[in-house]
Parts: sequence; structure tokens; C-alpha cells
Amino acid sequence: MDTLNPEELSSPVIDINAEEVKQELLEKYPTKVARKRAKQIVVNAIDLEGVVPEIQSNVRTTPGLIGQRGCTYAGCKGVVLGPTRDIVNITHGPIGCGFYSWLTRRNQTKPKGPEDHNFMMYCFSTDMQEEQIVFGGEKKLKQAIQEAYDLFQPKAIGIFATCPVGLIGDDVHAVAREMKEKLGDCNVFGFSCEGYKGVSQSAGHHIANNGVFTHIVGLDDKVREGKYKINMLGEYNIGGDAFEIERLFEDCGITLISTFSGNSSYDNFANSHTADLNLIMCHRSINYVAEMMETKFGIPWIKVNFIGAEATAKSLRKIAAYFEDPELTEKVEEVIAREMPAVEKVREEVKARCRGKVAMLFVGGSRAHHYQELFREIGMETIAAGYEFAHRDDYEGRRVLPGLKVDADSRNIEELHVEPDPGRFRPRLSPDQIARLEQGDLKLSEYQGMMPEMKSGSLVIDDISQFETEKLIEIFRPDIIGAGIKEKYVIQKSGVPLKQLHSYDYSGPYAGFKGAINFYREIDRMVNSKVWKYLKAPWQEHPELAAKYVWE
Amino acid sequence: MKRKSEPYVSTTNACKLCKPLGACLAFRGIEGAVPFLHGSQGCATYMRRYIISHFREPMDIASSSLGEKNAVYGGGANLKQGLHNVMTKYGARLIGVATTCLTETIGDDVPMIVRKFRQEKKGRERGPEIVTVSTPSYAGTHMEGFHAAVKAVVEQLARAGAATEAVNLLPGFVSPADIRYLREIFRDFEIPGIILPDFADTLDGQAQVDYEKIPAGGTPLEAIKRMGASRATVELGRTLFSQETAGQVLVERFDVPLHRLGTPIGLRETDAFFQILEQISGRPAPEPHAGERGRLLDAYVDGHKYIFGQKAVVYGEEDLVVGLTAFLAEIGVRPVLCASGGGSGRLAAAIAAVTGGLLPEPPVVREGMDFYEISEELEALEPDLLIGHSKGYHLARKRGIPLIRVGFPIHDRFGGQRILHLGYRGAQSLLDRIVNAILEKKQEDSRVGYGYL
Repeated sequence: MDTLNPEELSSPVIDINAEEVKQELLEKYPTKVARKRAKQIVVNAIDLEGVVPEIQSNVRTTPGLIGQRGCTYAGCKGVVLGPTRDIVNITHGPIGCGFYSWLTRRNQTKPKGPEDHNFMMYCFSTDMQEEQIVFGGEKKLKQAIQEAYDLFQPKAIGIFATCPVGLIGDDVHAVAREMKEKLGDCNVFGFSCEGYKGVSQSAGHHIANNGVFTHIVGLDDKVREGKYKINMLGEYNIGGDAFEIERLFEDCGITLISTFSGNSSYDNFANSHTADLNLIMCHRSINYVAEMMETKFGIPWIKVNFIGAEATAKSLRKIAAYFEDPELTEKVEEVIAREMPAVEKVREEVKARCRGKVAMLFVGGSRAHHYQELFREIGMETIAAGYEFAHRDDYEGRRVLPGLKVDADSRNIEELHVEPDPGRFRPRLSPDQIARLEQGDLKLSEYQGMMPEMKSGSLVIDDISQFETEKLIEIFRPDIIGAGIKEKYVIQKSGVPLKQLHSYDYSGPYAGFKGAINFYREIDRMVNSKVWKYLKAPWQEHPELAAKYVWE
Repeated sequence: MKRKSEPYVSTTNACKLCKPLGACLAFRGIEGAVPFLHGSQGCATYMRRYIISHFREPMDIASSSLGEKNAVYGGGANLKQGLHNVMTKYGARLIGVATTCLTETIGDDVPMIVRKFRQEKKGRERGPEIVTVSTPSYAGTHMEGFHAAVKAVVEQLARAGAATEAVNLLPGFVSPADIRYLREIFRDFEIPGIILPDFADTLDGQAQVDYEKIPAGGTPLEAIKRMGASRATVELGRTLFSQETAGQVLVERFDVPLHRLGTPIGLRETDAFFQILEQISGRPAPEPHAGERGRLLDAYVDGHKYIFGQKAVVYGEEDLVVGLTAFLAEIGVRPVLCASGGGSGRLAAAIAAVTGGLLPEPPVVREGMDFYEISEELEALEPDLLIGHSKGYHLARKRGIPLIRVGFPIHDRFGGQRILHLGYRGAQSLLDRIVNAILEKKQEDSRVGYGYL
């Protein structure tokens, strides 16, 4: 159920020639655009070694093609730093950027008590005016930091640069250093995440990772109690996903030191280097922190996925396998056994109505991969998928990393040079242990990507445009598409339901066991809706019934 | 939490949106138009997602997707490529190009780039109209962007011509439901109207059998071109009086007489609107509307006992706040604070003009407000209800008072695009909602739980 076997993977998707579809998608483009898009639209094929074709990704979007991507600021402030409740995030720029990232990602948080800071409801901005564009905005920024400090006494303040800031030459890092010193008991740090940097929000994730790692991780060496200490990376608590995952960890006796960054706090980050294992959910947005923590502190990382009941069970077993403790294994199996009956009951009921239907997923940097599992669990196949802002390793697996070319856009984003911490580097595993784990099923520092888990003959499309989405609907008429709110109403006007997989249509959670149940029900409701058949009014459907005299 | 020390410079929980968003909304109300943002792609994405969350409709905004290199060397090439792609892929009849902070800061000369683009395309194909507007977010709010786009459209497209019977109507940023109602009023007066912008269909469309890339509806391009030949222009919004607006352009260039009125919310502002239409059409208000006026007045009498003396805080876009305040004063609710994130400098005078003679004491009027400041003011004012958009929800929740949702954005209720604010009918609907909100609160708070109120 969970992953497909080689035979299943190589069986053709549905009765359609993906190469022909690809040509159809490209034929309307001007030659130059078509040539570029041809490298980003790939028909999946898995060879005997599990190697998949190359797909071009993380390249600039063509101007004028309406797409899905956001900007560097969105990735940095909105995605990675947004979910942390007790850091005051100040947007340095005109008002729009701050306003649009104000609670729109729907990441939830649960303060520990009434004393715990929670700034999630706030949107702080320097609200730059013409005067600052002309004469510089550093003075106003300093005042804004002072004001935020006076109002809230936060532990930390983050400054996020928007487009004009870099252009007029404001130095957010210098301001941060100055204010940190002045305030004394408040950590102040800046992010050069101007919207025009990089090719998508992905650049912002990287910048955020660098900032969090440089300015927060490792500030607090206190070792917390707990036998199995982990961090959860790349989980943003949309719709309460993190709460469901936290519940499972707690029941299994696993100690969560910090999440990056759903339901997280500043202190969690500061202490996160004391964990013994990093779990990665969204590889794209957070792998930098995992790698840097491994190099500096010796914490290994594994890829997990809590989207899908089977995937959740598998991920919990991976954690148990890592710690090699029968007590934990027993506990994990107990939890899985306890949770699965409720899942299976709903799954069977829903599967009866959803089996054989098809989905398409164009979303995120990991969700297009993870959600395929949930659809598969209720008998639905994903015939086309793609990411909005991922890189080749997220599609083809990390094996392509050594050969990746660094282009000008990626070179703009700083790669931190990290070395083992002289006092605090501590390898968590002996070479023997590593060999033993690798012999088993557990792969350390490994992500195989989305394509090796999709069937041969399915379509993989990077950075899809609105135009291509409409074409695909015309050709395939899928039963459901998973994407975001920007795509939702275009697709639904075409008579195909759209599931919002960024904000979950204000529903959720979809992670873990309870989340899987929510998702099955939700998809059942959507793909089996009868509303679409009423699109035509009766008099349009049966014109012959229109008018008739009684004596006729 | 402390009180903000005054004067302070930062904005906490803004009560305004950014300038290019307003321009995109205005462009969306033109037939066959695709709004286009010249800047980083994030702007288009953020504004689309925000507008969509209110209207629940497709909202395409193209972008020139500038990167770091373009920020240094200029975005001309990207803009041209983007325009070309929108022309060929979307079949746009008009592309409305608005600038962003990025391109304004680097100083891209957009009208010149577009002129060159047109020259390069000349002779090869009959391209769409391209309208450009300057909308740096660091100077003004979404409302300045909205009005700037309407003005740019008129400046760049309207022509002189043989006089027509048409009347131009520039309603400002109102809801699709409001626009549909305005159309109905014009139809009943038998006035051929040109409403600019008209997003009644493009931002509140029907379910479709076949998806159209650019939704049907919007002010017809041909009609916009004829606006210089219309017999009159009616422009709504008191803070626009004496400003260099689209209506003013039509006066200066084509001698089209201009009638400037307040946004017709409530009885008196609507009366003024109907009076102008009577004057222009030479006929009395058509019966259905006269009837609605009569019923509204009747409801004012019936509802008065429930809401008399209740204190309200009104916030949002300036002209909406002015109209709502005029209405509240008539129904006996006391507006105690009229707040806006805008900063036209004309809010206080407009409020004074619509409340004169009706209120025992004038409300506090504040421009450039954010929700943190509004929250501070609430402590002393102790209002009974809030009237404004979704962003005031947390204040209402904190104080345990009702929030009457109006304007934009509304993303915590269903049907924001169908809220009617204008005219007798809009006043009726607002009155019903306010009376019922007060009754509901009274009922909920009561220990007895009266069932007959």
C-alpha cells in the first residue's frame, strides 16, 4: 500500500500517451519558451537501478506566464520564520508585504501558558514612505525595533528586508547588531530576503535557514530529559498537523526538542542542537539546517513523512529503528496498533467510492510528493505532479546533488561554511552502528525524491503555469487537483474540484492517523460531489421539454 | 502589553493594503483585461491570493518576474517579454500595467518601455491596449492605487466624439453586488451608463461549463473610449472632491460635466445620488426605488428603539467610512471613532459634512490608523459594535462586541463579494444586520433568554 513495488511502478498510468500530452502542452508556446518548458515537463520513467530522467527545476519563471510562485521574502518571513510564536517579526518595507503575510499561511501555535509570548496575531511593519526611499530607512527601522521592544519585551526580533531595502542600500544586519547591543536582553537579527533574490520562495527558505542557524541554534546548552530526543524539521503546523504529530511522539515516549518551525518557540530553536536525531518532513525548505547541524553538532538526519497513515507508521518505525531500543519499538507498535483500526474503517468505506479516480498535484516543495500516499491509500492514482519551487534533488533524489550546476541565481544566496564545533560536536552514532542501520532499511541523510515513487508514464511538471493547468484539465479531466488558493477557482470553474494543499481549505489536520481520516473524508466529499452535474439548467439540458401546448 | 509611546513610527496590524493591489482590482473591472505587475513575482502572488480569499473567484495577475540582475540593470526586457506572452497566451484586449516598489525604486520608465514595445510590434499584429499606471506602495494605499488606475484608463483611452446620451459612473471601490445594483438603477432611469470599473461579473462570476481564461464582463473597451463624448460623469467619494481624478480629466479634456457626490450609503447620501440622476434623466425616481426608499424610512422608525444611542467604531477605506458614518448618524447609532489607514487629509472634513446637525458630539476622526491604535482608542470609547472588514475581528472578540462585516477584505465569512452597501437597498440590508447583531448580543448575554424581542 505504502510505496509501489517495481512492477507497479513500471505499469502504465492510464490509457494516454504522456509524450503526446507533453507536445500538446508545448505547441502553443513561442519557440524559446517551448524549448525551456520542454526541459521542465518530463514523462517519468524508472530504470532498473531506480534512476529517473532529469528534470529542469529551480530556474526563473518566464515573465507573463501566470504561475504559482511567490518570492524570497515569502519563503523567509512567511514560511520558515512565520510559525514561531515568540519572535517579533518586523517587515522592513512598504505595507503590502507585511500585510499579505499576516496570518495567511494559517500556521497554528499553542502557547504553553498565559506568560508565554504569542505574536502570531501581529503584523509589524516599518511602513516605508517616500522619505525613507529617498533618504534611507535605517533610522525608521531602529525606531521600529525600539518600539517593538518597548511594547512587548520579546526575546528576539527578526528583521525582514523587502525589495526596496536592498536597492536603497539599507543594511539590516548592521542595524540588527547595533540594536542587539543597545537593547541588551533581546536577540536581534536581520534577513536579506528581498523579493527579487533567487527564483522563488526557495531562496527565502535557504536565507531563513542560514539566519536561524547562525543566530539562534546552539544558544542554550541545557540538556533536557528524555531517552529519545529529536527535532522535527520542515513541519509548519498548517491546520494543526504538528499537534497531531506531537500527540504521537508523546504517546511513543519520544521527546520533541524543537520543530522547525510549526508550533515552535525561540527557546526550542536555541536548544535544538541537544537532540540526537533530526527528522526532515519538507526536504526542500529545511535540509540546510539539518546538514549544518550534522556538520557542527554531529546530529544525523533521516527523511520522514507523516502524510498518510501508512507513511506515518513507517516514519515512527524508522525512528524506533534509529534508536535501536526494544522498549521504543514496542511502544511504537502499540501506538500504531491502537490507531490503525479507526483509520482502516474509514479508509475502506471511502475507498469503495474513490477507487480508480485520478488526481493531479501541483504544490509546494514536498507536498506534491507526500500527498500521493494519502490518495493511494483510498485507491486514487496521481497521474501528474510537480512542485512549485523545488530543486532537482526533490524530484530525482539527492544522488543528483554532486552534479548540480550552480547558476547565477543560486550563487546569490549565501552558502554558510560550517565546521564541527570544537566543544560540542558529538557523533551520535558509531561507525558500527551506521553500518548496521544502513544494512537494515534505514537510510541516513537520504531523500530519494518524488519521481522514483511515481509510476512510469506519469507526467512530472515543474513550476506549472496556469495555461498548462487548463490544458491538462482539458485532456485528462482529473477527478481532483491539489494546489493552492490561486489555482482553486480557475480549476473549479472548469468543473474540477480543487483541494487546497497549502492552507487545507481551512480544515485539517491531515498529518498522522487522525489527519488521514480527515483527509479521506474530505476527498470523498469532493470527488463524489453531485454539484457539477447541475451546471446546465434543465432547459439547457433538455430543450425538447421547453414549450408544448396541451392540445399538441 | 504597553501603550505605544507617541509619536511612534512603526505600523502594527495595518488598516490599509498596498497601492498596486488597488490598481489590479480596477483593471479587473475592464472587459478582456489582464492586470500586470511590473516587479518581483511575489507581488502578483501575494495580491492574487489576497483578492481571491475575499472574492472566491479566479484573479489572474501577470508579472514581469524580475530577478536580481533586472533589479540592477532595469526590467525593460522582462516587461516586454511578459507583455508579449500575455498577448499571445491570454488573448487580452487590455493589459493594465502597474508598477511596484521595486520598479519605482530603480526608476524604470514604464511608459517609455511600453512605447518601444508598441513600435517593435507595429504592423505585425493588432495588439491589445496597454494602460500604464505608477503605483509605488510607499506613497499611498490601495485606494490611491485604485483611483490612479481608473484615472490612467480614462487618460489613456477616452476620446472625444459625437455627443452620446451615456452617463459615466465612477463608483470607486464598491462590491460586485453594489455594481449590479447601480446598473439596475441606471436601467430603471433609462440612462445608458458606463460604469468604470465594473467587476460585478469578473469578480463574482457564474459556474461555467467551459472555463474562460478572461472572464466575461467588465466595462466594454469601446464604451471607455467613448467616455469623452458622454453627457455627464458621476463620481462617488467625498475624499475625491477637488482632487485630480478621472472625472476631472473628463472635464478638462472633453468638457464632460462632472457631478461629485458622496458614496451613496444611507438615506441622505442616496437621496443626493438619486436627485442627480433625476436631474440628468429628467424623470422622477422610478417607482421600485421610490418604494424601497419608503420601506427603508419605515424600517428606520421600527428599528430605532433597538439601536438608538449605541456606540460604533467604523474603520476601513476613507470613502466607505464616510458613507457608513453618514448612515449610522441617521439611524441613531453614535459613531465614536472613524478610523482609516488612508491618509488623504480630507477624512475629517468629509465626516463633518455628513454628520453635521445629526450628532450631539462629533466622532473622533483619525487617518493613518493601524489596529493597534484603534485598539487603544477602544478602551476609552467602550463601543457597542464595530463596523469594518475582517481584520477587526480580534478587537471585536477581545471586547465581546459584534462586528458588522463590510468592505474589503472579508476572509472569515462567506459571501463578502455579495454584501450590498449602497443605495436604499444597501442601507436596508445594513440596518437589518446591525439591529439583529444588537438583538443577538442582547439575547445571548441575557440570563433569562428572552424569545420575544
